[in-house]
Amino acid sequence: MSGKSRRDFLKSTALIGAGVTGLSATAKASPKNILSEDRMGVLVDTTVCVGCRNCEWACKGAHDLLAGNLESYEDRKILETKRRPDHTALTVVNEYSPGKNSNLPIDVKVQCMHCDNPACVSACIVGAFSKHENGSVTWDTDMCIGCRYCMAACPFQVPAFEYDKALNPKIMKCDFCFDRTKEGKLPACVSICPVEALTYGSRTELVKIARDRIKKNPDRYVDHIFGEYEVGGTSWMYLANKDFAELDFPNLGKNPAPGVSESIQHGIFAYFVPPVSLYALLGGIMWISKRRKELDEEVK
Amino acid sequence: MSHEVVNPVPIKHKYFTPGVFVLIIIALNGLVFLMGRFFFGIGAVTNLNNQYPWGLWIGVDVAAGVALAAGGFTTAALGHIMHKDEYHAIVRPALLTAMLGYTFVAMGVFVDIGRWYFIWHPLVMWNGNSALFEVGICVMIYLTVLYIEFLPVVTERFIGKVNLPGFLSGLNKIIDKILRLLDRGLSKTMFVFIIAGVVLSSLHQSSLGTLMVIAGPKMHPLWQTPVLPLLFLLSAIAVGFPMVIFESLIASRSLGLKPEMHILSKLGSMIAPLLGIYLAAKIGDMFIRKTFVYLGEFNTASIMFTIEMLFGVIIPLRMFLSTKVLKSPPLLLTASALVVFGVLLNRINNFVVAYNPPYSTESYFPSFGEISVTVGFVAMLVLLYRFIVLNFPVISLPGKQTAAQSKYTIRGGK
Repeated sequence: MSGKSRRDFLKSTALIGAGVTGLSATAKASPKNILSEDRMGVLVDTTVCVGCRNCEWACKGAHDLLAGNLESYEDRKILETKRRPDHTALTVVNEYSPGKNSNLPIDVKVQCMHCDNPACVSACIVGAFSKHENGSVTWDTDMCIGCRYCMAACPFQVPAFEYDKALNPKIMKCDFCFDRTKEGKLPACVSICPVEALTYGSRTELVKIARDRIKKNPDRYVDHIFGEYEVGGTSWMYLANKDFAELDFPNLGKNPAPGVSESIQHGIFAYFVPPVSLYALLGGIMWISKRRKELDEEVK
Repeated sequence: MSHEVVNPVPIKHKYFTPGVFVLIIIALNGLVFLMGRFFFGIGAVTNLNNQYPWGLWIGVDVAAGVALAAGGFTTAALGHIMHKDEYHAIVRPALLTAMLGYTFVAMGVFVDIGRWYFIWHPLVMWNGNSALFEVGICVMIYLTVLYIEFLPVVTERFIGKVNLPGFLSGLNKIIDKILRLLDRGLSKTMFVFIIAGVVLSSLHQSSLGTLMVIAGPKMHPLWQTPVLPLLFLLSAIAVGFPMVIFESLIASRSLGLKPEMHILSKLGSMIAPLLGIYLAAKIGDMFIRKTFVYLGEFNTASIMFTIEMLFGVIIPLRMFLSTKVLKSPPLLLTASALVVFGVLLNRINNFVVAYNPPYSTESYFPSFGEISVTVGFVAMLVLLYRFIVLNFPVISLPGKQTAAQSKYTIRGGK
């Protein structure tokens, strides 16, 4: 019920916006792009994370990727180089030098942010990406044509591609354990985390928790919840005791990533009026110039 | 009546020359790497990775390919829609270039997408929010329109001349009948397709510019702007005629024909204003967004931008203003080649150079395999073009305009 009213609200805002500015920056929610009031999210508290990388292991297990044994993840040497999620690991942990009031290194888990207005959903040529009511952004293997436009579009550089496969290469990214949460289970990474650095819950609730933590421990955190407003908000949000730019988070505005391109796209195709008018105009020119030529010839 | 009558004929010239053999070798080399791509995956042949998902194939084979095939719709607008009959001699060669150009664009897409066997998916799975979807659908329809526009050349070639060997000869009469029927239907409905071709081109040429808008801050501000669709459309319109001139001068030289300077000079005189409009839009956008500050930085982006604007727009714009250039084949060829180079570089810059992923550990440069495939495609295109103009009535012979534009009844009577 509340989800519906919110959608209606969004719709009317978009309409008013479009009416006022012509090119509204309000992203029009596509039918699949549902921003449910009680969509879920995860709050990552990087001041709690110890870099044990159990989440990496659990994630691989939950997604049928080669995981190896858990002991091998105790080797912290791998943390010396910065890694990105790819087709072999949908989430990775990177380590950074300590921030304010602490001498412990900062560990940052990286995965898909599950944007509220995902660029990949907007960009995908066949609509293979979907934003679900529970917040997760997933990818449909049966639709994808492998054009990799999602990768060019994603502001966080998350989707990865199986470049080494000649047949059925897949786009690989965190799916927020869509199959597990459907059954009421926690995402694999959240359920294994031994220090509760990851909190799973409704996004609204998580924002409250995060604000509360910052308020109660102003020395421990910088006053910024990364993901609360970035690119229009993300389902995964971060707390840290260091400026997020120093933790390799991209500096993104508050506007949804697909906003401008969708406005242009819908502007060019507004109810097919521009193309049809152009067609009519050209037809008119063609008819007039032909008629003129005929008249010229009759005169001669 | 000073009507110039156009009489396109298959050119009589031998197909194989040393240059053609070189092209065949280049095309075969491309095919070898193409096989590698299909047997071992995109990663085996290209330098693409998760940081740089799009490279040479999208930048050149697709984006630049579409732009450089713009001669098709600009000459169609000039010759058919504005009814400037004096340009009819160049409409067919331009149409052929566009048809082959778009065919190779489609092949470029086919080899670049990871799941090529699903290339038909956009036809049934629609995402109206996606600029790429718009480009894909428009290009598919436009390619069909181009084939339809080219059909009269085929019917003209074969009507009254269908001569199948052996037992198939019984079909000669019926095929001839079908061709005549097709020809009659097409000449009545062709205007629908011609206008559609211009509309479709305007749409996808501009939407191609929308493609990288969604990449937002990943793109260098010298190129990233919300008016990219307009810039792409204007530059496509500006490169249409230079491409036709470039191709016409090269073809007449290669086939030993006299260059059609009386048409090409007039066509050339229209380029300066078109380039001027594009330049004005580009500079206006730079001043509004205050991006000229990035030109002061000395790096790849600023150098590439300067080369693109100076050699691709400003110098040829000045050249096309000069009557001397318009009347001299080598100078006209140079000026046209510069515009073609400028648009080619602009598309490479937009899709490859300007793209700067947030987490890049290395920069992208196309592999030998990628370059081989792209160059191989160009070679195949030229070989096909040569084959078609030698066998189909595409090029009008200059100085042979005495024959009345004949319909097929005369030639049809065996």
